[in-house]
Amino acid sequence: MIEAKGLTKQYGDFTAVDGIDFAIEPGEAFGFLGPNGAGKSTTMRMIAATSTRTSGELRVLGFDPESHGPEIRAQLGIVPQADQLDEELRVIDNLIVYGRYFGLPLPYVKRRAEELLEFAQLTEKRKARVDGLSGGMKRRLTIARGLINSPKAMLLDEPTTGLDPQARHVLWDRLFRLKEEGTTLVLTTHYMDEAEQLCDRLVVVDKGTIVAEGSPAALIRQYSTREVLEVRFGSSRNAEAATVIEGIGSRIEVLPDRVLVYDDDGEAAMSAVHERGLQPITSLVRRSSLEDVFLRLTGRSLIE
Amino acid sequence: MNEQLLEAPAPTVRGPLRGIYAGNTRSVVARGLQVIARNNWLIVVTGFFEPVFYLLSMGIGLGALIGTVEFYGAEVPYAAYIAPALMAVSAMNGAVYDSTMNVFFKMNYAKLYQQMLSTSLGPLDVALGEILLALFRGLLYASGFMLVTTLMGLNLSWTAILAIPAALVVAFGFASFGMAITSYMKTFQHLDYVYFVMMPMFLLSATFFPIEVYPQGLQWVIQAMPLWHGVDMIRQLTTGLIQPSILLHLLYFAVMIVVGLWFTTSRLRALFLR
Amino acid sequence: MSGTVQRRGLVDVGGVDHAAVARSSRSWGWWFVAEHRIRSMRSYVASWVAIGVGSPFLFLLGLGVGLGLLVDANQGAAGVDGVPYLTFLAPALAMATVMQTASQENTYGVFGGFKWFPMFFAMNGTPIGPAHIVIGFQVSVLVRVLLPLVAFVLVMVLFGIGSAAGAILLVPIGLLLGAAVGFAVMSWVATQTEDRGQLSFIERFVVVPLTLFSGTYFPLETLPWFLHWIGWISPLWHAAELGRAALYGAALAPGMALVHVGYLVLLAAATCLLSIRTFRRRLDR
Repeated sequence: MIEAKGLTKQYGDFTAVDGIDFAIEPGEAFGFLGPNGAGKSTTMRMIAATSTRTSGELRVLGFDPESHGPEIRAQLGIVPQADQLDEELRVIDNLIVYGRYFGLPLPYVKRRAEELLEFAQLTEKRKARVDGLSGGMKRRLTIARGLINSPKAMLLDEPTTGLDPQARHVLWDRLFRLKEEGTTLVLTTHYMDEAEQLCDRLVVVDKGTIVAEGSPAALIRQYSTREVLEVRFGSSRNAEAATVIEGIGSRIEVLPDRVLVYDDDGEAAMSAVHERGLQPITSLVRRSSLEDVFLRLTGRSLIE
Repeated sequence: MNEQLLEAPAPTVRGPLRGIYAGNTRSVVARGLQVIARNNWLIVVTGFFEPVFYLLSMGIGLGALIGTVEFYGAEVPYAAYIAPALMAVSAMNGAVYDSTMNVFFKMNYAKLYQQMLSTSLGPLDVALGEILLALFRGLLYASGFMLVTTLMGLNLSWTAILAIPAALVVAFGFASFGMAITSYMKTFQHLDYVYFVMMPMFLLSATFFPIEVYPQGLQWVIQAMPLWHGVDMIRQLTTGLIQPSILLHLLYFAVMIVVGLWFTTSRLRALFLR
Repeated sequence: MSGTVQRRGLVDVGGVDHAAVARSSRSWGWWFVAEHRIRSMRSYVASWVAIGVGSPFLFLLGLGVGLGLLVDANQGAAGVDGVPYLTFLAPALAMATVMQTASQENTYGVFGGFKWFPMFFAMNGTPIGPAHIVIGFQVSVLVRVLLPLVAFVLVMVLFGIGSAAGAILLVPIGLLLGAAVGFAVMSWVATQTEDRGQLSFIERFVVVPLTLFSGTYFPLETLPWFLHWIGWISPLWHAAELGRAALYGAALAPGMALVHVGYLVLLAAATCLLSIRTFRRRLDR
């Protein structure tokens, strides 16, 4: 459905996307996971034919974006990072007018807009001004708007960034429904929990290149242990304590505010730490996440 | 969702315009009209008053001091002399305001064009749509102003009616260029430079007095500017003193429109499809 | 709060004498506000200088000279108000520019200070109070107004329009007009919480009509009598009359000088108080 080989984008001397390969199949939920500035949004814009690649190959729905932008965009639903809603129009008119940009017939667009409002749980806000909506509502409206042309694939750039936890869960629920109905979802995120919740398959991107690829579970299996022990000794003492911990678990990571000990059995690692005479201020055993995968692959934390 | 879902029709434009034009300008125009109808019709309507204020003040007040002015050999009352110029200025101002201030805001703050260009629309659809909206506004102002000048008896010939399409030509020329210029602007301060060009054009382009008062060199500079062509063209029509030079004025604007459209489309492409 | 301060951390309680800060803000708060605004003006200076210096040349030597030829040809040796048209026009054009600049700065500066870049709320969070913000803001506007005003005066002196000594008197008259118009616009804009386009009405329905109908381009008496009231309520007319008297000794009816100055001072004072009241209410949220 979407296929890239050696896809590259340069802005002057800066290489935002550096020769990446990926293939997205129909009906799957595919994620680009990486920190801010990794080149995720640029990749999304190239797929959406709103950014021209510098080199490499890209086919979207069988077309070359360079020459068939309108044809490709006609079949995509786009949810940009910052909600770009039309603040001069009411909620319902945002959907109708957007549908008209695709050249869809007005009576059809009007009916479809009502359905999508219901899907986005915004029926009560039908006539409201857009600038009065909450962040979660705006994002749901943006998603509803992206669905107006019944797209073959939805491109979602950081769909839940900036939302509170409750709004995120409402949004994930909506996206799950789309997935169940067989819509292809392509999303970028820097939240590992979001990637784990939504993606069948993902690529980890860093500095414009792909550093790993697979399903969330497979990536965690491959690059991390089952459990992680997090211990804190106070910001000035973490490094010193880490030298003492050395040797416990299969690997340790020292972060500015805490030390991570990778071990399939977190409780056992904790006992081992205590045996060496260390008393952490706080300690926590948790399951491994994509955050740990990222840390392992790049040596950096995902959210800085 | 039980109804049969429609997919967006694939754009059918072929040839060199493929990729930049989807043949759906009307949806951009419809959006603009809806916003005017719902939100800012008051602002649009009040824009009509500025040239009328100028006409009343300068025409009556200054007219009493000046009397008549010579135009192509005929003595024209001062109010009838400045009325067509104000019409040309108003066409220019409306078009420039729409294609600079308004477009700047939509481009950089409302992100409207990013929205439009994430659909099957192309940059040429957007540019044409915005320009048509500016022309619609220009048509309203020109017609309203025409009504006022007719009531005041300032139209000296039946050819004055042609001043309305002529004002649209002037507006088209400025609007098609304005968007391209705006695309280079990064901050609101840059808009000041637009007015730095517009102000002298407004004051010196034979608007309030003939350019013969200036030295020959300066006259040539003024005659190279678009507003002078607009003023002279509309003044020929409202006074009925039509000269062969009117064809030259039309040619000037024809070139301006074609070059401006090309310029704007390529700039939108560079900005949004990069 | 002077001398070298030993820093112990990011928040150094010992380094600042808070009571002294509060005292100095009480008396000098308005100047801190003005200074802040003047500093932030730096990025605009290039285009302001271009426009400020360019506009007197354009208006006086472009428009004024051109219209002057037509008017003087028709009016003969008498001129307008006993002087050549350009001399008649010059002080009023300078004042019109002052009015326009003060109005624009107050429209977008005051609205923006509450809404777009809510600086007033940030200032109010320091020991600086609403009255300081109102007055400090206006001081910065007067600094801004000074630029085109001085440029106009210089052009008049250079080209021998009117008396040089009179031209210099236009500076204080212009500043008084700037304060009157500035506070008046501010007192209304501060009450506006949403921009639905009404902000542009000030320019469209107040500044432009006042410029056109307050005897700027022709004596007020040239207009029909039923339009004269526009001049009487217009701060621009009062300032222009004072300016003409200063520049070329235009005749003023006895006591009228006092009326003109009094009107401007009263307008400035009343709308200044009104602005402070509105600011106080709006900042206390």
